[in-house]
Amino acid sequence: MTDTKRPTRAKGTVKQSTESAELLREFYEQMVLIREFELRAGEMYARAKIGGYCHLNLGEEATVVGLTAALRPTDYLYTTYRDHGYALARGMDPGAVMAELFGKETGVVGGRGGSMHMFDLAKRMMGGYGIVGGQIPPATGAAFAIQYRSKAGKDSEAVMCMLGDGTTNIGAFHESLNLAGLWNLPIVYVIMNNRLGMGTSVEHASAEPDLYKRGSAYRIEGVRVNGDDPIEVRDAALAALETARVKRRPSIVEAMSYRLKGHSVVDPARYRSKEDVELAQENDPVPAFRAKMLKQKVLDEKAVDAIHAKVDAIVDKAVEFADSSPDPSVSELFERIYATPVPNMPHSYPGDPVVVLS
Amino acid sequence: MTEMTYRQALNETLRAELKRDDNVYLIGEEIGVFEGSYKITAGLLKEFGPRRVVDTPIAEEGFTGVAIGSAMLGLRPVIEIMTINFSLIAIDQIVNHAAKMRAMFGGEVSVPIVIRTPGGGGQQLAATHSQNLEVWYAHIPGLKVVAPSNPADAKALLTAAIRDDDPVLFLENLGLYNLKGDVPEGEHVGEIGRAAVVRQGTDLTVISYSRGVVTSLEVAEQFASRGVSIEVVDLRSLRPLDRETFCASVRKTSRAVIFEDDLLSYGIGAEIAATLGEGVFDWLDAPVRRVAAAEVPLPYAKPLELAAMPDADALTKVINETLAASAFKPGSTGGVTNG
Repeated sequence: MTDTKRPTRAKGTVKQSTESAELLREFYEQMVLIREFELRAGEMYARAKIGGYCHLNLGEEATVVGLTAALRPTDYLYTTYRDHGYALARGMDPGAVMAELFGKETGVVGGRGGSMHMFDLAKRMMGGYGIVGGQIPPATGAAFAIQYRSKAGKDSEAVMCMLGDGTTNIGAFHESLNLAGLWNLPIVYVIMNNRLGMGTSVEHASAEPDLYKRGSAYRIEGVRVNGDDPIEVRDAALAALETARVKRRPSIVEAMSYRLKGHSVVDPARYRSKEDVELAQENDPVPAFRAKMLKQKVLDEKAVDAIHAKVDAIVDKAVEFADSSPDPSVSELFERIYATPVPNMPHSYPGDPVVVLS
Repeated sequence: MTEMTYRQALNETLRAELKRDDNVYLIGEEIGVFEGSYKITAGLLKEFGPRRVVDTPIAEEGFTGVAIGSAMLGLRPVIEIMTINFSLIAIDQIVNHAAKMRAMFGGEVSVPIVIRTPGGGGQQLAATHSQNLEVWYAHIPGLKVVAPSNPADAKALLTAAIRDDDPVLFLENLGLYNLKGDVPEGEHVGEIGRAAVVRQGTDLTVISYSRGVVTSLEVAEQFASRGVSIEVVDLRSLRPLDRETFCASVRKTSRAVIFEDDLLSYGIGAEIAATLGEGVFDWLDAPVRRVAAAEVPLPYAKPLELAAMPDADALTKVINETLAASAFKPGSTGGVTNG
């Protein structure tokens, strides 16, 4: 039998937090920001302000916050298409992220990418990727570039590459792990195990459902953590990143999590049992973390209210900014595609003549 | 000028670019210790070491993606994919990633990679090792595709490709590696996106690329002895496509035949013929014809392989038919202008 349920909190791993109250409040605020931003994104999708696919981080806030807290500004982050929360936690402007969802010129990539393709080179947010597993070889290549250019050490840069549970079955994952193991690359592969592909469970997809063990064929160590606990996630990520920096060894962190809603905003998730949905709601990391902080007296009701009010204002402003921003200009359709201009680049709109001779 | 083979031109260009820029590195299967399946990288591991000449496991998708990721951080990998057939294993990384990243990420990042890969049949390698898949990549915005036909262009375009900030597929051909030609010494950088008129003529234009240009020039020479003046256009770049150069040529000659190694339907020639239909309709004296590969998985047996591949005889036949269709007489001036 394999254990694909979330790990129990036994074995003395739960203790009174030794983190500063300020940090814990910051974690809570970030989790609430992601939660409220995503709920609003869902609303905006229903109001047709957002098109295409829209995958939300609802239920994964603790993991997102814990992971990004472990990253330094000099580290590189590659994510999946479920990327809004990472963009926010990496410090990208919520207005620009919302504007990207709205397809506006002021979006993080000028409305060219949308929900699945948040990117910010300065913040080393190296992209949300739409093709499942497609981000893994390039993330491994970023680690290759670090290795190519610099020596191991505590100050080394490192790469974190997100992937979902379903992605551990794709060839690109295994090829990348082999290369990272072979070449001693400074990368942490984080498997967000929300136990469902779109609707296919881990047990139906993976011959080794203990996903943190899937690096064993490549001598890559893995750990499984409770993805609902941002501190536990952060600590595991810090340790893995340290291994990447100092030992230049790749590793795997598997974060056990629950997706609160469907695969995307249009998925009613009828394939989930009532019990499963209830379990996900019971383990919802945002109220759980709030309750813990209240119990530990890191927060009181007033402080909680203040955080929620602050976040509501940020999200309101983000929506307002996105809604009032201009659309990209169609006259710029052919721009930003090539970096080096060469003769005879195509510039024909549909219906234009293909050749105009002088 | 120095006479050398296409293979030597590639090898010397790689050496020069490795020396010029520490960000340039080579990556691929068997390129180091084995010195390349076709010996293009001979001697480079010894000269530059394993950091710059990276032997990979058999993992086209993995190492192509690694090269792409490293390019996002500013390295300039030159990938060798042993033959274009194996690029299909890496096609998600090439088409869905390298080609898309700059546009999809709003112009914030570029992917300066070169994928060197030979295509072409004729070596009795059977169906899976004899394909001409360049049109698959020429179809994709975000990529650039070049296909040099001679050693000098091989140097010029490989240098340009390595220094270009976009992903470039650099098409080689197994049948070209031993081709000799004069190559300029020192710095010689070509321009991606420009075709060349490689033989001047007045009666008919043959449009081709890569190995097809060699055959086209041979056939043109044969026709010259019969008093027929053939112009040959070498596309050199398949994306972007220099439509203006071949349209201008056909406006002069009024007759066009396209000679291509790839398959007929939906091929490079189809795009050229459509362009000519739009760009030179009033100047044409005969229908535009294509000479391309028979649409079969290429068989092993030599007679069958030869029957399937476009060759000088097929090109000669189609040129003759095109001349006949317009009642051409040697010595008459080409290019009756109706426009």
